[in-house]
Amino acid sequence: MARGLIFAAWALALAATPLWGSNYIVVLAVMIAMNTALALSWNFIGGFTGYPSFATAVFFGLGCYAGALSQRAGVAMPLAWLIATVVVAAFAAALGAIVLRLKGHYFAIGSIGVVEVMRLVISSWGSFTGGGDGLNVPLLAGGPNVVARTFLAVMIGLMAVTFIVTLVVDRSRLGFALRCIQQNEDAANMIGVDTVRYKVVAFTLSALFCGTAGAAYASWRGYIDPTESFSILTSIKVPVMCLLGGAGTVLGPVVGTAAFMLLEEVFWANFLDYNRAILGAVIVVLIFFLPGGLLGIDWRRFVAWLPGRPKVAA
Amino acid sequence: MSATILVADRLSHRFGGIQAVNDVSFGLQEGEIVGLIGPNGAGKTTLVNLMTGVHRPQAGRIRFGGVDVTAQRPFEAARRGLARTFQIVQPFPRMSVVENVAAAALFGGARAGVADALGEARAQLDFAGLAGFADRPAASLTLAGRKRLELAKSLAMSPKVLMLDEVNAGLNASEIDGALDLIRRIAARGITILIIEHLMKVVLSLADRVLVLHHGQLIAQGSAAEIVKDERVIEAYLGRKFAQRSKAETSRESAEQSGG
Repeated sequence: MARGLIFAAWALALAATPLWGSNYIVVLAVMIAMNTALALSWNFIGGFTGYPSFATAVFFGLGCYAGALSQRAGVAMPLAWLIATVVVAAFAAALGAIVLRLKGHYFAIGSIGVVEVMRLVISSWGSFTGGGDGLNVPLLAGGPNVVARTFLAVMIGLMAVTFIVTLVVDRSRLGFALRCIQQNEDAANMIGVDTVRYKVVAFTLSALFCGTAGAAYASWRGYIDPTESFSILTSIKVPVMCLLGGAGTVLGPVVGTAAFMLLEEVFWANFLDYNRAILGAVIVVLIFFLPGGLLGIDWRRFVAWLPGRPKVAA
Repeated sequence: MSATILVADRLSHRFGGIQAVNDVSFGLQEGEIVGLIGPNGAGKTTLVNLMTGVHRPQAGRIRFGGVDVTAQRPFEAARRGLARTFQIVQPFPRMSVVENVAAAALFGGARAGVADALGEARAQLDFAGLAGFADRPAASLTLAGRKRLELAKSLAMSPKVLMLDEVNAGLNASEIDGALDLIRRIAARGITILIIEHLMKVVLSLADRVLVLHHGQLIAQGSAAEIVKDERVIEAYLGRKFAQRSKAETSRESAEQSGG
């Protein structure tokens, strides 16, 4: 229950940004909420199940395009988001049945390949997708402040739904099965876990809300193109956010995304030329020194280790 | 005579140039303990893998309780009541001991919910003598403890047939005595057991019947007493020394019996 309260407090803090912050701060809050939803999504396949997926950009980009094309065809905005969610979920289930036959590095490389294939297909299929020129999406009425507040509410809502699904999965039979698969897939199979089916469910869950987020993002921005929608950086940053907080935990993706986005802001503001290099260094440090993420640190030992503190007798 | 529960009918399986299992047929009667012996590389583990759906046999059929299960996958075998342990133990290392067993109860034993499965898991840990370790991580157990954990996991699936792949390998003498006692208590529950074993002491003291595999072929089957006298088995597996010693022991015993 404590986890739910921490999350609720954080969601409220993000929701309160328009009360004190500039439009820049509100936009940052929207991006934090959206990325938290993406990181929580990745957690289903990358955290609980232990499959290093780089397919986040596939689902996000497909959501952008499914939503944008629906809206351009005259579908109402919320319905377009729903269509995007369903399209992405169906796509993920079909894709999962194929790529989840791969394991470890092979699965990672396979999922990266899908990002590139999707980007090229959308770029080349100009007659349907607008190709490299991108697509305009009908804009929401109202000034930038109104639009930012509307999408702040939408993304916080999406983040909350993803979090609640995470909580439910964590305690359910599904979550138990995914953890078995993560720790020893062959043994899971041997004790009666239908590993293929559960992996496809996890992969679909990891896609679902990325599709919604993509469609909402397209409506918010009013313009999408293949390079931004299917950016490989999306596929890299989102897992890093999840790992930074603690993969396979409920609160990890939330903490990790917040920490990552705030660090990124600091780096952007202060090291304009080197921010990507710093991002790379953060990833390396993370892998070597924080395999369990921020939530995996034994904080009591860390505090005891700090200089100037009396050492705790073992 | 009791009913035949599991039948292997002319099973064959080849890995590249190696004929791992070659035209093997046998049946298990309900409630019996059958030993499966043979030199390293004879195909014992492959045979168990075929029976539990890890590999699909390239030729032959498997019937379990009258149903053809040749094409089953491992999770289906587990749910049907065909459980097995691994020669190399396969715990979920970062889960607690009781969660390991609960996973087996939940998915293999078709328990209704996680709470129900945890209850069943505690009961099986009691039975396997691991109750005191329930809340420790599985990775912290000793090898003997992990082997017991494997047994508790398979039992939590409420199996009808249990295949034990070298559950005693790597254990010391007193640990083996404990494991033997545990296997006897499992058999007393009416579970049919196929036990792969190198320690002849274990096979002789447990098995009602012994199958001998050599180069993928079933070269002999019969009671333990018959097997140790079988020339082909001595040639392939037991060796002359063992045969002489066991013959000496039997003649001494019979001499003592007639003398006493």
